[in-house]
Order: sequence, then C-alpha cells, then structure tokens
Amino acid sequence: MRDNGILRVVARLLIPLIMLFALYVQFHGDYSPGGGFQAGVLFAAAWILFVLIYGLEAGLEVISERVMFILSAAGVLLYALIGVLGVALGGRFLDFSVLAADPKTAQQAGIILVEFGVGVTVASVVMLIFVLFARRRGELARADRPAEDD
Amino acid sequence: MFLVIVAVATVRLRDLFSAAMLFAIYSLLSAALFSTLDAGDVALTEAAVGAGISTILVLAVLTLTRRREAEPKPSMQWPALAVVVLTGACLIWAVSDLPQFGAADNPVQTHVAPYYLENAYAELGVPNVVAAVLASWRSIDTLGEVVVIFTAGLGVFSLLSVRPKRRRERDEEDAR
Repeated sequence: MRDNGILRVVARLLIPLIMLFALYVQFHGDYSPGGGFQAGVLFAAAWILFVLIYGLEAGLEVISERVMFILSAAGVLLYALIGVLGVALGGRFLDFSVLAADPKTAQQAGIILVEFGVGVTVASVVMLIFVLFARRRGELARADRPAEDD
Repeated sequence: MFLVIVAVATVRLRDLFSAAMLFAIYSLLSAALFSTLDAGDVALTEAAVGAGISTILVLAVLTLTRRREAEPKPSMQWPALAVVVLTGACLIWAVSDLPQFGAADNPVQTHVAPYYLENAYAELGVPNVVAAVLASWRSIDTLGEVVVIFTAGLGVFSLLSVRPKRRRERDEEDAR
C-alpha cells in the first residue's frame, strides 16, 4: 500500500484539507454544528490516514506517543483550569461570564477555550488508542518468533 | 428501513470484516437520518466517530485476531427467547402510552428546552444552541465526558502495554 502512487498523491491532497476542516469545526462550533469532540476525531482521522499510507514510524515522527500522553492530559487540565479560573475571579466553577468585562464575550471565550481542551484530549486519545492497537501486531509477531533472548 | 436491513445483515454475517464495514454503513445511514431531523451536531458526530474512527479501530483489532467468528452451536435457547419476546412486548405496549412525536406540549418541549432556545443568544451570544448547552450550561457534564475519554485512553494503554505471550501459550489459553 505504501508504494501506491495514487494513494500517496490523494492522501497528500486530502490530509491538509481534513485538518483544515477539523480546525473549522473546532473554532466555528459556536456558529455551526461542531465542537471539540467532532474536531478532535477529524484531526485524529487525518493523522490515521497518514499512518495508513506512510507507515507508523513516519506518523510517530510527526507526533510521538509521549506527546500524545501529555496532550491528552493537558486537554483535561485546560478544561478544568478554565473552570477554576472562574472561581478565582469570583464566579462559580465553570462560570465563564467573569472571565472578561463583557459577559457575552467572556462566555464565547470560555466556550472556545474549553472546546479546545476537549478537542486536544479527544484527538490525542484517539491517536493513542490507534497506535497501541497498531503496534500490538508487531509485538505479537515478535513474540511468535523463536526467541533466543528469553 | 435501510437501517433495519443493514442491522439484520450485520447480525447474520460471520465474516467480521464485512460486519465492520456494515457497521460503518449503519452509522452513515444514522448520520443521514439525524441530518434529516435537523440535528447537525449529532449527525457530524455519528459520521465522524461511528462511521470513521470506530470502524478504523475495529479493523485495527481485527488485524490482531481471526477474521471469522466462531460458529455457534445451533440450539434453541428457549428462556432467552421468552425474555426477549416479553421485553419487546412490554416496550411496544409502552410506546402506545408515549405522547405524539413532536407535539408542542410534550414534557421534552416544556421543561428546560424553551429556556435554552430563547436565551442562548441573548445571554451567551452563541448562535449554536447545542454548543451553548454543552459548553456553558452543562459544562460540568462535558468536563466529565472529557475525563471519561481520557480514562478510556489510559485503560487501553494499561491493557495493551503488557508484553504479549508467545503463540503456544496463547493457544493453550484459548483451548482452555
């Protein structure tokens, strides 16, 4: 599959478009259908398409497993932090209207920030699960080889 | 109607690869159904998660296991059939008690939904009511969902990061 020219060209064309659409879904979620969950999944789908065509090693060079772990935790923390920020500024937990002078602007900012946290977590967790399953196959094959080391 | 056909076909199939593909088709059809019901957010989620990512993950699992399902022994499970028929009959009987679909005085339409619909733009300045409900009014629920997804990632990691056994040991375990 990796030597297939058509796939490579089409993927090269499609992957940036999918990522752009994911960003659109992420940040336009206030105005049109979408939001962090869908955007995260779309973003991860673009990366998985890249892995299917260029191989897992190339995909892990783009974003390593360690970075995925950190990002998946960072998304949750960003969400919770925005909530705590509301408390620190005198509101309730996850109350966005105190984040800025104009409550409406503050609400929009809060929604966009937490949705960003959702998107980051969803994208990195989906990529992580895919990596774990994809690598398991190699591990199984290695375990089946007549082992000399153990 | 298509949904029913695809669902029955999925259950009948023993080839897991085709079953995964049919699941994807089923999700895509549901997404189409949701978008005809004007539920854009749900349709987008169903198309991206149901038809896209879960299919890929199922296929990734299929590379680790056999492609065909084990043949079940053909036998009639009378108690199971009785339970299924009884539950189905109860549900159908309960449907007759539901209010008419989409009627204006349904509890769904009179509880908090009108407040959300009327105040989403006035209070929050967010045109997409779904985003407003999810991220602002029901923000703690959404935080919970994100934590669930994070936990799912951790769970898969802790299950799959164990070193695999050799095939002989695995076959012995399967035989048991």
